[in-house]
Amino acid sequence: MERRYYQPEIETMPPEKLRELQSERLVKQVRHVYENVPYYRKKMEEKGVTPDDIKGLEDLPKLPFLSKADLRDAYPYGLLAKPLSDCVRIHSTSGTTGKRVVAFYTQHDIDLWEDCCARAITAAGGTKDDVVQVCYGYGLFTGGPGLNGGSHKVGSLTLPMSSGNTERQIQFMMDLGSTILCCTPSYAAYIGESLKERGYKPEDNKLKAGIFGAEPWTEEMRRDIEKSLGIKAYDIYGLTETSGPGVAFECEEQAGMHINEDHFIAEIIDPDTGEVLPEGSKGELVFTSITKEAFPLLRYRTRDICVLSRKKCSCGRTHVRMSKPMGRSDDMLIIRGVNVFPSQIETVLLNEGYTSNYQIEVDRVNNSDTLDIYVELPPEKFSDTVREISQKEKSLAAAITTMLGIKPVVHLAAPKSLTRSEGKAVRVVDRRKLV
Amino acid sequence: MAIRQLSAFLENKPGSLVKVTEALSRASVDMRALSVADTQDFGILRLIVNDPDAARAALTESGILVAETPVVAVGVPDEPGALRNLVGLLSEKEINIEYLYAFLAPAKGRAFVALRVPDAEKAEAILRDAGFETVSEGAF
Repeated sequence: MERRYYQPEIETMPPEKLRELQSERLVKQVRHVYENVPYYRKKMEEKGVTPDDIKGLEDLPKLPFLSKADLRDAYPYGLLAKPLSDCVRIHSTSGTTGKRVVAFYTQHDIDLWEDCCARAITAAGGTKDDVVQVCYGYGLFTGGPGLNGGSHKVGSLTLPMSSGNTERQIQFMMDLGSTILCCTPSYAAYIGESLKERGYKPEDNKLKAGIFGAEPWTEEMRRDIEKSLGIKAYDIYGLTETSGPGVAFECEEQAGMHINEDHFIAEIIDPDTGEVLPEGSKGELVFTSITKEAFPLLRYRTRDICVLSRKKCSCGRTHVRMSKPMGRSDDMLIIRGVNVFPSQIETVLLNEGYTSNYQIEVDRVNNSDTLDIYVELPPEKFSDTVREISQKEKSLAAAITTMLGIKPVVHLAAPKSLTRSEGKAVRVVDRRKLV
Repeated sequence: MAIRQLSAFLENKPGSLVKVTEALSRASVDMRALSVADTQDFGILRLIVNDPDAARAALTESGILVAETPVVAVGVPDEPGALRNLVGLLSEKEINIEYLYAFLAPAKGRAFVALRVPDAEKAEAILRDAGFETVSEGAF
């Protein structure tokens, strides 16, 4: 019989028991952070909170929030709670706003993270008889290493492909009979199209499931991918700050992602006031890591807007479900899986001698994100030859690529053409219909 | 003497040319020659006018990007092979032509080409020495 859970006793733990476990771990974790992270201790002191005030889950709202800005301020070691000699790995966020955000892991942290990924793989039907093809990037990005570790834990045969080189992906997929595909949804769609171009039908591959995440995607896209690859497509959620993929994952119901609550406490808050909202409200998702040793973030604001549901799931898992993120409470864009802040683009423009009059247009064409940047051409950069102006577009695109890690198409525009008459410019136009 | 050509940046959308021609019309500027280079995103309108200073001021005032570039205006005899001889001569001297466009000069009763080359004065001297008619500003 197919194994439904990787850690059944935890995944189906009665809700009251799960809350007790969370309370117990929270109390311990707050003390650990208070004693080892001066940055957070100072925040607690400013709020007049001590570890003694935190007696259980109900006291969580007393703790101060952490934001991405805190992570940058504290870069690189400010939020580290263990000696470096106890740490075994570092990962880093995909996008950058000036400084990167780095996260540290002890071996214990890696183990628990891989458990989370193993739960996701098992929920997607993975067993030791499966061949798991991981084409998330390997390296600083958490996608590849996380699913790779999870696949090992399940005992599946793991194909550590990393991203790109579609030709080779397809060759290995067909020759070695991959049964579970792990990558971004847009890459899954691309592989589906590539298979079709090569004359393969959906039934020609041995795939049965896919675990797709790291970027927003729609139900429509899910259906397209499921049809083109002949699989069931599962969503997975995570962020480097809390570990990586596997913070939450979908079960066969495909109705929200179960958050691994034995490791993370989830809250939904009003992004403006910080007030905790009742279950079912739409708001910003906040995570508290209660088992991480090296990089334990308390009340970390993800900026992802979503809804939590405690409604009983027919899969038997008792852990709370989160909806797909419906948007962001800041201006961050996720383009081709990479975090992009408009301010990063603005920085490049100013460095390169352009004005801050620009417009970013994001769209999704054939299941792949496009990034177009319209920039006003300053008088001193104008010349009479197309060649020189096209060269300027190219070199600006190259500078932005260096900053973001993804390639935009730059369009130079006439001065004042991007500022609206009311004086307020529209910086970002996101044409992707994701919700 | 090379003549002054004005270039205007045109966005690839309806109304861009209207804006430029309206500005020139208001300043009572006469156009002698024009050519448009276009890409997917934008165009460059190149102009030879009777009064470059007034034209430049009018365009700038309308918020249009303007650049001024010297070009060589050369008369082309009305016979087969005439343009071939002209560009052949520049090619022999290894002068690269960035672009060129032809126009009729009623005052002169024949065709001219405006040549954009890296060194206008040098090209002009070569052409003049070879017997081509080059003209200065105000000749049209």
